[in-house]
Amino acid sequence: MNSIIQFASKLLRGQTAESAEVHKFHGGVHPEGHKQLSTTLPIAKLAIPQKLVLPLRQHVGYIPKVKVQVGDHVLKGQMLAEAEGTVSAAIHAPTSGTVTAISEAIIPHPSGLPDMCITLTPDGKDEWTTLRPTNWRNTDKKELVASLRSSGIVGLGGATFPTHIKVRADGKSQVHTLILNAAECEPYITCDDMLMRERADEIVKGMEIVKFLLGAENCIVGIEDNKPEATAAMTEACKALPETSVKVVPTLYPSGDARRLIHLVSGVEIPHDKRSTDVGIQVFNVATVLAIYRYFALGEPSIDRIVTITGSVNSPQNFKVLFGTPLQTLIDAAGGVQSGTTHFIMGGPMMGFDLPTIDVPITKAANCIIAATPNLFAPPPPAMPCIRCARCADACPVNLQPQELYWFSKSDNFEKARDYNLFDCIECGCCTYVCPSNIPLVQYYRYAKSEIIAADKAKEAADLARERNEFRLARIEREKLERAQKHAERAASNKAESAKTESTKVAPTKAEDVKAVPATTESEQPASSTNTDDVKKAAIAAAIERAKALKAAAAQAGESQKKSDAITADAPDASGKPAQTEDEQAKAEQAKKDKQALIAAAIERAKAQKLAAAQAGIAPKNVEDASPAVKAEISEIDAIREKAKQAVKAQDSDSEA
Amino acid sequence: MLTALYIMLGLALVLGIMLGISALLFKVEGDPLVARIDAILPQTQCGQCGYPGCKPYATAIAKGEADINQCPPGGDAGARALADLMGVEYKPLNAEHGLPKPKAVAFIDENTCIGCTLCIQACPVDAILGAAKHMHTIIASECTGCELCLAPCPVDCITMEPVAETPDNWKWKYPVIPIKAMPADGSHV
Repeated sequence: MNSIIQFASKLLRGQTAESAEVHKFHGGVHPEGHKQLSTTLPIAKLAIPQKLVLPLRQHVGYIPKVKVQVGDHVLKGQMLAEAEGTVSAAIHAPTSGTVTAISEAIIPHPSGLPDMCITLTPDGKDEWTTLRPTNWRNTDKKELVASLRSSGIVGLGGATFPTHIKVRADGKSQVHTLILNAAECEPYITCDDMLMRERADEIVKGMEIVKFLLGAENCIVGIEDNKPEATAAMTEACKALPETSVKVVPTLYPSGDARRLIHLVSGVEIPHDKRSTDVGIQVFNVATVLAIYRYFALGEPSIDRIVTITGSVNSPQNFKVLFGTPLQTLIDAAGGVQSGTTHFIMGGPMMGFDLPTIDVPITKAANCIIAATPNLFAPPPPAMPCIRCARCADACPVNLQPQELYWFSKSDNFEKARDYNLFDCIECGCCTYVCPSNIPLVQYYRYAKSEIIAADKAKEAADLARERNEFRLARIEREKLERAQKHAERAASNKAESAKTESTKVAPTKAEDVKAVPATTESEQPASSTNTDDVKKAAIAAAIERAKALKAAAAQAGESQKKSDAITADAPDASGKPAQTEDEQAKAEQAKKDKQALIAAAIERAKAQKLAAAQAGIAPKNVEDASPAVKAEISEIDAIREKAKQAVKAQDSDSEA
Repeated sequence: MLTALYIMLGLALVLGIMLGISALLFKVEGDPLVARIDAILPQTQCGQCGYPGCKPYATAIAKGEADINQCPPGGDAGARALADLMGVEYKPLNAEHGLPKPKAVAFIDENTCIGCTLCIQACPVDAILGAAKHMHTIIASECTGCELCLAPCPVDCITMEPVAETPDNWKWKYPVIPIKAMPADGSHV
C-alpha cells in the first residue's frame, strides 16, 4: 500500500521535483564485496593475442550475418558480421589481420556447446580502417540511431541487449530521465568502478549523446556507496552539467538491476508488465555510454571492453581486452592462477556461470572472470528439504514468492509457476543465498523458465504445422474441384468440337449434292460451344442435316439400302456398292467419296460406342425403332463420351507419370 | 386453477422461444471439444495413431472411437493432458502405435534425389520444396518429423536427422545434487 501511495505521489509531483532522498527496494542481500582485490592497479591494456575467436552469438537476439570469407584480410574496426533482424548487433574486427576460419568453437555459454565463430589471426600492424566520426549534435536522430545499429554496441553491463533498440524512439513513450547504471552491485566486479575513476569525462560525454538521442531532460548517475573514488570522479565530471546528479545508493545487492536502480534513485516502481520507457525512464550502463561516445566522437565500433580478472589469480586487475581474446591470455596477463584453482566463473559469483572450459574467448558479455578455488567458493552443501521459513520471500527484490515458485518448478507444475510470475524473476540469486536449506532455488527457476520457453516454442511450431496442414487439405480439395470442372469443360468442348467437325464434313456434300446448306448450322457451333444445351441442339441439328444429306445422296446414287446401313452405324461391313449412271459420272464420284468418309466416320463411331458399352458394362442401346437422325445422334454422343473418357485417362496417366 | 395453468404455459412458451432463439443466435461453430483435443496434439500429422492426421484423431477421441494413448510424438505428457481433458484415467502410451522418439527433421541427400515429387505429395505440412525433375529440399523449420516422406522415396535419399542441441535451444537441466562416495575412514564431511 505504501509503495502505491509513494508511486502515485511521485507521479503527481513529477520527476523534476526530485529530492536527494534515496528510496529502498524490498529484500536484497549483503554478500561480501571482495572488490578491493582488483582496484589496486589501474586498467591495463592487454597485448594483441596470437588468435582472436569471435563468436557470432555475443548479444541477445538474432545472430548477425557474416560478411567476410576465410582468407580475407580485414582492418581493425572493419565489420565482420552485419546485424540481421531488429534485435541484433554487428561484429567488428578487433585488430587488423586475416580471417583464418569461420567454424564452430566452444563459446562462453552455460551450455558449454560450440557455436559459429570467426577466427581472426592478427597481422600485428593493428591498422585501423577509415574511421568516420559523426558530428552528432548536427545530425538527424534517426540517422544516428541507424548508424548505431552498425556500431556493434550492446549493453556492456552483462545483459548484452543491442543498444540501438534502446535509443530507438517509438513515439509511444517520452523518455524524460536517463539513469546511468554505475551501481555494480555484484561482488568481485570492478570494471565499471575503474572505468569511472579513470575516464569519467568520456563517460559524461557519452551521457550527453545518449541524453540527446533519447530527448531526456534529466540525468541521474546511480553509484553504490562502496565506490567513493568513482563517485568523486563522476561528481567532478558532472559538475558543469545542468539537470545531472550523482546519487549514491546504499550497497545492497541487487541494486544494479535496472528496475531496482530506478526505484532507488527515483522512487518509481515499474509495473511488472511495463517497460521503464513507459514511465519515461531509460537505463544505460556506464561502459555502454562510453562505447557510444567512442563510436560517435572517434568512429570506433565496439571492439573491446574492460574485464575484471580476479579471484585466485596472482595479480587481480582490470584489463582493456579485445573481443575474441582467449581467456588464457588474460589469465597470463594477471600473473597466472594460484594453485588449487578448479574452474572459472564468468560474470559475478551471484549471477555468473561456470565456464565449461578455459578455451573460450572474451565476449561482449564478459565483465568479470573469477578464478575459483574451493576456498573462495565452497561447493554447496547438499540441499535439505524446504522448511518453509520464507526467508527467500523476505530477500526477493522482486516481491515474488520464491518458495511457491520452488514447489511448482520442482514438481514440473509450469503453468502454476507462470501464474506466480516466474518470468518476473531476475535470477539474482538472493533466495539461494539466504536459503538455510541450501536449496539451489535459482537453478529450479532457470530450469522451469527454459522448459516453459521450449514448450511455448513447440506450441508455436504445432500451431504453424496445423495451419499448414489445414491449408494443404484445403488446397487438395480445391484442386480436386478444379480438375473435375476442367474435365467437364473439356468434355463439353470436345463434344462441340466433334459436332463442328461432323457438320463441316457434311457441308461439302450438302453444298454440292443438296444445294441447301443452312449456314446457320455452322455459324452457331462455336458461339454455343460452352453451353451444353445449345451444343446438344446444334448436334441434333447437324445430325438431321447429315441425315438429310445422306438421304439425298442415296437417292441420287439410287441405292436406298445403303442409307440405313450407314446411319445405324451398326454394320461396319456395309460397304458402298457403287452403281453409277452414265450421265452423272462426276457427281457420283464425288458422292462416293463423301459417302466413304461418312461411312468411315460411322464405323469409328460404332467402334467407339461398342468400346464404351463394353467398358461401362452398358448394353447397347435399343435403337431399332428410333429414327435414323436420333440414332446418328446417339452414336455421336456416345463417341464424344468415349473420347472424353479417354482424354481424362490420358491426363491422369500423364500426371501420374 | 386455470390461471395458474395459463401462467405456467405462457412461461413455458416464452422461455422455450427464448431458448430456441438463443440456440440459433449463439450457435457454436464446429465441435469445441475436437478443437481442444487438437490443441493438445503435437500436430506432427504423422498418422501413427491410425488416423490420417491430428484432427481426425481428435475427432475420433471426441467421439469415443479412439483411445487417448495412441500418439507417440505427444509423449507421456500428451497422454496425461488428454486424460485430464477427457476426464478419463491416464494410460501409458500404447506401444502398438510406436514409441516416442527425440525430435528429428527429415534431410534429403541432394546428390541422390531424382526429383520425383513423391515426397512433396506425401508431406502433410508442405515442408518440402522442389519441382519435378529438380532437386528437393526440406524446410527444416517447418518439418514436423512425421517420417511420412521416407516410405514413398524411390531412391531412399531421405533420412531423419535428430535436432542437435545448440546454445539457442539449450535448456537448463533439472537441478541434481551430485552424490559423492563417503571417505573410506568413515569421517563425515
